[in-house]
Order: sequence, then C-alpha cells, then structure tokens
Amino acid sequence: MPKHAPRRGLLFSGSDWNFRTLSHAYDAIEAVAKEELRLDIYPVQMEVISSEQMLDAYSSIGMPLMYRHWSFGKHFLYQELLYRKAGRGLAYELVINSNPCIVYLMEENTMALQALVTAHAAFGHNHFFKNNHLFQQWTDAGAILGYLDFAKGLIARCEERHGVAAVEAILDAAHALMEQGVFRYRRPPRLSSDKQREGLRERLEYEERSYNDLWRTIPRQAEGSNADETEDTVVERKRALKLPEENLLYFLEKNSLILEPWQREILRIVRVIAQYFYPQRQSQVMNEGCATFVHYTIMNALFDQGRISEGAMLEILRNHANVIFQPGFDDPSFSGINPYALGLDMMQDIRRIATEPTAEDRDWFPEIAGQGDWRGILLEAWANHRDESFIRQYLSPALIRKWRMFVLSDAANEHFYNVASIHNERGYEQIRSALAQRYDIGASHSDIQVVDVDLLGQRHLRLQHKVNDGILLEHGSCDATLRHVHTLWGYEVSLQGIDARTGATVYERSFTPT
Amino acid sequence: MPIFIDRRLNPKDKSLGNRQRFLRRVRTELKRSVQEQIRAGKIADVDSEHAISMPVAGTSEPSFRDAKDSGRRQHVLPGNRHYTPGDQLPKPSRGGGLGSSPGLQPSEDDFRFVLSREEVLDLFFEDLELPDMVKLNLKEVLAVKPRRAGYSVSGSPTNISIARTMRNSHGRRIALRRPKREEIEAILRELASLEADGTDSAQRYRRVAVLRAELDRLERRRRVIAFVDPVDIRFNRFDPQPQPNANAVMFCLMDVSGSMGEREKHLAKDFFVLLHLFLKRRYDRADIVFIRHTHTAQEVDEETFFYSTQSGGTVVSTALEEMRSIIAQRYPSREWNIYAAQASDGDNLATDSERCLSLMDGGIMRLCQYFAYVEIIDERESEIFGSTANGTSLWRAYLAVKDRWSNFDMSRIAKASDIYPVFRQLFTKQPAVQRD
Repeated sequence: MPKHAPRRGLLFSGSDWNFRTLSHAYDAIEAVAKEELRLDIYPVQMEVISSEQMLDAYSSIGMPLMYRHWSFGKHFLYQELLYRKAGRGLAYELVINSNPCIVYLMEENTMALQALVTAHAAFGHNHFFKNNHLFQQWTDAGAILGYLDFAKGLIARCEERHGVAAVEAILDAAHALMEQGVFRYRRPPRLSSDKQREGLRERLEYEERSYNDLWRTIPRQAEGSNADETEDTVVERKRALKLPEENLLYFLEKNSLILEPWQREILRIVRVIAQYFYPQRQSQVMNEGCATFVHYTIMNALFDQGRISEGAMLEILRNHANVIFQPGFDDPSFSGINPYALGLDMMQDIRRIATEPTAEDRDWFPEIAGQGDWRGILLEAWANHRDESFIRQYLSPALIRKWRMFVLSDAANEHFYNVASIHNERGYEQIRSALAQRYDIGASHSDIQVVDVDLLGQRHLRLQHKVNDGILLEHGSCDATLRHVHTLWGYEVSLQGIDARTGATVYERSFTPT
Repeated sequence: MPIFIDRRLNPKDKSLGNRQRFLRRVRTELKRSVQEQIRAGKIADVDSEHAISMPVAGTSEPSFRDAKDSGRRQHVLPGNRHYTPGDQLPKPSRGGGLGSSPGLQPSEDDFRFVLSREEVLDLFFEDLELPDMVKLNLKEVLAVKPRRAGYSVSGSPTNISIARTMRNSHGRRIALRRPKREEIEAILRELASLEADGTDSAQRYRRVAVLRAELDRLERRRRVIAFVDPVDIRFNRFDPQPQPNANAVMFCLMDVSGSMGEREKHLAKDFFVLLHLFLKRRYDRADIVFIRHTHTAQEVDEETFFYSTQSGGTVVSTALEEMRSIIAQRYPSREWNIYAAQASDGDNLATDSERCLSLMDGGIMRLCQYFAYVEIIDERESEIFGSTANGTSLWRAYLAVKDRWSNFDMSRIAKASDIYPVFRQLFTKQPAVQRD
C-alpha cells in the first residue's frame, strides 16, 4: 500500500543525528502512526542519555528515580559486568509508562536507529500503555513519577531519622515479598495525590508524637475467653480481617502489630511499585509485539514513501532481525521464547488472516478471517487482551506450524521428557492452551495467601500455599523468606502447602522466634 | 511535537550510593577476599583494581520461588524437527528445566566484579585506620632547574636581554629628547649651503653663527645622553626551581633464615606493601629491589623473596653490602630517591652487628632518604620488650644508628594491627638531616 504522496525527500542522511533531524523524523513517524495505524498516544518526552546513564536506569528497575537500596547496587554490578565483559549490548531505548511518556534514547545510536527506536517506543509502547485495559485499570501513568519522587524522599528521610540499617531491614523483607505484594483479583486503590500524601504524613507524625506507652499496659478485656474458641469465632475473626488475603504486603502493612508508621509507609511504597509493574509482566508478548509491529510497519511505510535511504533501511532491518531472532529449542543460544518474535509474528498473522485468509483460518477465526480491517482488529486486541488471553484467542495453526511448536511434559520424578503434542491437527489446541497457560502469571506463580491469624491469642500468622501440579517451593529461599515475614510480623509464622486438587496437606514449614 | 531533553550532561553515577550500600553490606566478606589477594599477589599489584567474586553471604534475595525439581510442568518449545507425540527425550544430566536453559551467562548471584583502587585500599587499610596519607611529609632530594622569572638589573653579561634593554634605551632617548641624527644632518646641510653661498652679508654670518651654536649644542647633548645607558640594561632573570625527583627505589631487606616463619613473612610483607603504596603516591616511578639474606645475601624476585626459604645463619651485613653495591651499579643517589625497609627477627651473629653499624655510618645512611627497620617479634615478647632499649644485638646496634641519623627509624611489630601505627610512627616525623 505505498501511498503516492509527493516525495518530500529523505528524512536524514548519514548516521549522525542532531535534535533537528530527530524532531523531523518524529514528525514523519507521527504522521504515519496516526494516519495509517490510528495510534493514540500520551505526549512524548524524549531524553538523550549516555550508556552509563542507561546502566544506572537498568539497575533501578528501569525507573528514572528510585530510592536507594543495596540490591540495586548488586544489579548494577551485574549489568555492568554483562555490558563490559560479555559484550552484551544495552537496549537502544527505555520507555516508561508515565504521562508524559518518557523515552530514553542512547547517544551512541545512529540516526537510523534513533528513528527505529522512536517508532518502537514513542509510538508502539506508548500506544499500548495508554490503551491496554490492564495499564488503564491498574496503573496510574500520571502519578507514578510524582509517587516515586515522594517515595525516594520519604525513604531518605527515614534513613536519616532511623538509620540506614533499620530501613534496609524493612526494605529487604518487603522486597522478598514483592511477588506476593500485588492485588491480582481486585483493583488496587489509586495512588493518592500529593495533597493526600501530605495529609497522611502529617497524620503519621501526629500519631508518632502523641503515642503513649500507657495504652499498651491496659489489660485486654477478653482475657482468657479465647481458650474455648468455636468455629464461629474463627469465621468471625477471619471476616473481620478480610481473610484470606492474597496481598501479603498489604496485610502486613495494615495488621502487623509491631510496625511503626514509617515502616508501614515503606511497605506501602514497595507494594505500590510491585503493583505498578504487575501489568507489564502480564503483557510482555503483547507489549513488545505491539511495539515491534508498529516500528516495522512504520519504517516500511516511510521507506515506501522514499523518506528513508536504502542504506539506513538496511541498518534498520538488520537490527530488527536481531531483535526478533528466535533460535530453535536445541540451539545453544536458546533461552526461551522471544516475546518480540512471538508478538510480532502473531500480529502479522492476524493481519494476514484479516486480508488473505485460508480455509483453515475461516474455520478457526470466523469472526476476523477476511474481514479486511486488520488495523481495527489489532487496535481492539491491543486494548483488551493480556498475553494469556491473546494467545488463547489468536494463536493460529499456521503460526504453530511455522514455529514448529511442540509440548514437552516434564515430571520431576521421571528421567525423560515426554513429547505431549506437536504441530498437527490433534496438537493445535493443546499447544495453544499450554502456551497461554505459561503466560498466565496467576497460574505460573506460586499462590500464597494469609489464611488465619489470631490477633488476641498467640498471634500465629498462618500462610497457605496452594500447590498446583505438585510444584513446591525452594526450601532455602522459602525459609529465608519466612524469616523476612517474621521480621515484619514479629510472631510465629508458618506456611502450609495444600494440594490445590485434593486439599491434602503436602508440607508445613514454620519460623518461630527463638 | 515531542519534548527533547538532553540528559547526557547530567551526573552519571546515580547508582553510586547503591553500590556503596552494597559494598558495605558485604564488607567483611570482601575484606577477607581482598586481603587474601594481597597476601597472594605481588606488592606492586596491590595498588590497582581487583576482581572480586560475588560473596555468598548477605547478598541473596530470597522470595517464594518454585523449586525446579518438583511437580509436573509443560514446556512449549519452538523448532521441532522430528518428534511425534509419545517420544521420550532424556533429561540433561544436571537437573535444570528446559525453560531456563543452563546458559553460558553467569547467574545473578554468581559473578565477579571489579573493585576500584580506592575501594581496595579502603578495605585493605580498614584495620589500620588509614589516615590521610597526603599529610605525611617525607624529605626529598630536590634537583634544581633554572626557570625564567622576569628581568633584573643585575646579572652576568651572557644573560642580557637585548630586546628589553633596547626598549628601555629607546624610551629614555625619547623622554630626554636626545637629538636625532637627521636634525644634525639638516643643520649641516644648511651650513654647507650657506658657506657655499659666496655672498657677504651680515644676515648670512648671523645665520651661520646661530647654526653653529645650535650644532654645537646638539652634539654636546648627544654626547651627554648616551645611546645605551647602563640604566637601560636589563638581564634575564632565572630562579632556581626545585624539581622533585620523580624516581624512587625501595629496597626490601629481609632475613629469610629458618627463624623467620610464615607469620613473620606475612607481617613483613604487609609492611612492605604499605611502604610501596606510600612511595607510589609520591613518585612517578617506584622500583622495588628485593634482597634476602641468611649468611649470604642475594637479590631475588618477589616470588622467591616471600615464598622460598633458605637455611643458614644470619649475617645482616651481607644484605647491607649487597644493597650498597646495587645502589652503586643501578641507582645513583643523584637520580633516585632511595628508601630501604628492613625486616628481621633480630637474630644476628653477635660480631656482625658492629659491622652493620659501620656500614650504615660509612655510607648507606648518606645514600638513603630513609631507612626503616622493623623487628618482627613474637606476640608474647611484645609485652616483655615494649619500647625498652633492651633487645637483640642488632636492635642495640641500630639504636646507635638511630641516635646519629635522623633519617633512620626502627620499631617492633608483633601482630598485624601493629603495622599501621608503626608505619605512621616511622613516617610521620620529618628528618631534619640535610644531605649535601
């Protein structure tokens, strides 16, 4: 579909860039993105950074500002090692789900790469962030930078007042529970505005000032009455605490008896950040696929219009090919399925189904096959799916054959993998469902919940792990994490593994203060 | 239209704080590792970056993680070649699921990273309470080099600054209105024409008289106001600029006879390392010469110096002689700052101490910037000896040297934590002796 627009000449020539060519290229890309792909984006803020700054950004989990913690230093050392020793390239860009959308460009990039990156991040990712329902519902792009600034300041103040070691202990414990610090099923509360935060802080300070130790010494009225607790009181107790609770950090923040207000605030910060990243983890294939599809389509459109030279296009394609490289499972460089490749292939497959369907496609996708408007279908998919549902909905037999996918079942107690299904009539459904399952974070991460605690009695915190398919937890790491839970809870903590299907207790571990 | 922001000039080390936090967290582990490397490595290598393995303790980040070796999973993989349902594939021998293949890349918890030079020194000196070494002052030999320093009114004729002198003379001539040659020539021409004119008039005679008088005045004036006057003369002025000598050589003298055990050698090595670091900070180039001795002395490389033992008696003077001959051959004291550090357990042949004394007095102390002697003693002995003058024969002999030469110092070391205080004690005070 080359448009016969008047030839406006090359956007740039040579590999050097400057701010004029960057902005020139941006305008041309924007025209294609808006007119041809009907993308809808946040305003963009492009920031040019050096490789050291990119490494810095890597180590603070990709955010432009972050509180201080030793683990970020460790990640930095690791990334630096990979970058300097193993010769692994850095990402050409980094994009932040915020409003305005911040895109980092590396200064070392050539102009062709900058154009590619602009299309990829400033339009592809940006559109996805703004329109996908997960991001719309679960993150607050407008508030995140303000919140991080607040978090950084608050933690720095806590370090000043309570010492680095005390803050570090809380952060260590909170980081260990980050995985269990998100709301998976109900929507998290919005980030509070600056004003509310200020009010909250003042309230905390007031509470700290007016704390009176005498209250602690007043005898509890219900002394001794919990000895003969009945089934009813347990139910009542659980109801009062809204148990079971999937968000461990939230539960500890609200109910732990030993935490000081500033410690609760730190837990809250870690929890909010974990929640902010939760949609990104659920939509990796779609997000990268969307961005890759967008940059590929836009770059080709610009090339067809004669606005990118052949040399530059060759460079762009070479980088594109590197990004979407997918080795086979038996290749030494294989390290799982490349989300860029899978996403792009699926989206191009949708385009093919919409425009040139085969009989098989009409059979599998009656509602989109031959419908013609592939842009509309993609926009709709980008808005309403996450990886799991997207794959379940759109992975076509043609693509399964192209990738030659197969399913291996792997039982820990056997010495063999079993090939369960391959790319044939009988296997398509199974492959599709197994792949979708793999991208379902809810299913692939261990399900651990707070099930019971008796605040008036022993205060024994009981966690429950629903064991799916017999997959247990790593012992060492599990015990260390329980110790962290204990740091935050202060009393005995135990974890019980319950088989999800039979309800039988599989194991039990506990951490008792000594 | 997007907003463009150029962040390249923003501060880079945003994560430096995190790095410091991390290093603090693994401090003890790192310290052990650095000290081991220093023990094992070469002295000259201490002062550089060190690669350190990721310490295990204190750096893991636990979480509730699935155990790889349990349960049933399904992997979806691309690139099937010939498998059909029901085929069985043997598992790779070392556990590990297919999902995360055992890659070549190091894992997050198992990698080596590099400590900068400052961080290494921090860790190395931690026990030793490293003070600000820059404050320490050592006597240095200063070579002198002339440097231009403007002009002066006196000096040797070879240093006359022609340009400056002529400028002064020109200015003076203008100011005093020295008659110019052209003025005199003009008068002479007029006189000549008047004389050539034969007419005999009173007016002409008057004019000639005036001109002669004027000519006379001008010539007198020219004689009085010299073309170049002594007050005009300026000389280029040179200041002697002290030039620090950029080379230093450090002699490590050690007794390797049987009485020096592993512990003694390590202590000596730590001391030598310190001295070397110290010299490296001050000088462009710091050479090290290792001389070991029993009853004979020889120059050896570092490896041999620290790790091979010899049997034999102890004759310290042999080492001093060896040192003197090496200085004569390779390190003329005019070009090199010579430092010497001697470590010994103090056992010396009784008659030899006298000879050491005469060697020191007779030359070595004059050649050396500084001579430090450390006696490595047993921890139990340290209580007995303390700082008394009592001691081995070598110690007593050296006490005499100390009295005579202020660039000599000596001390006793019993354990590692003694080293730094001793080092500081040895090197803080500035010897007053001047060499000529």
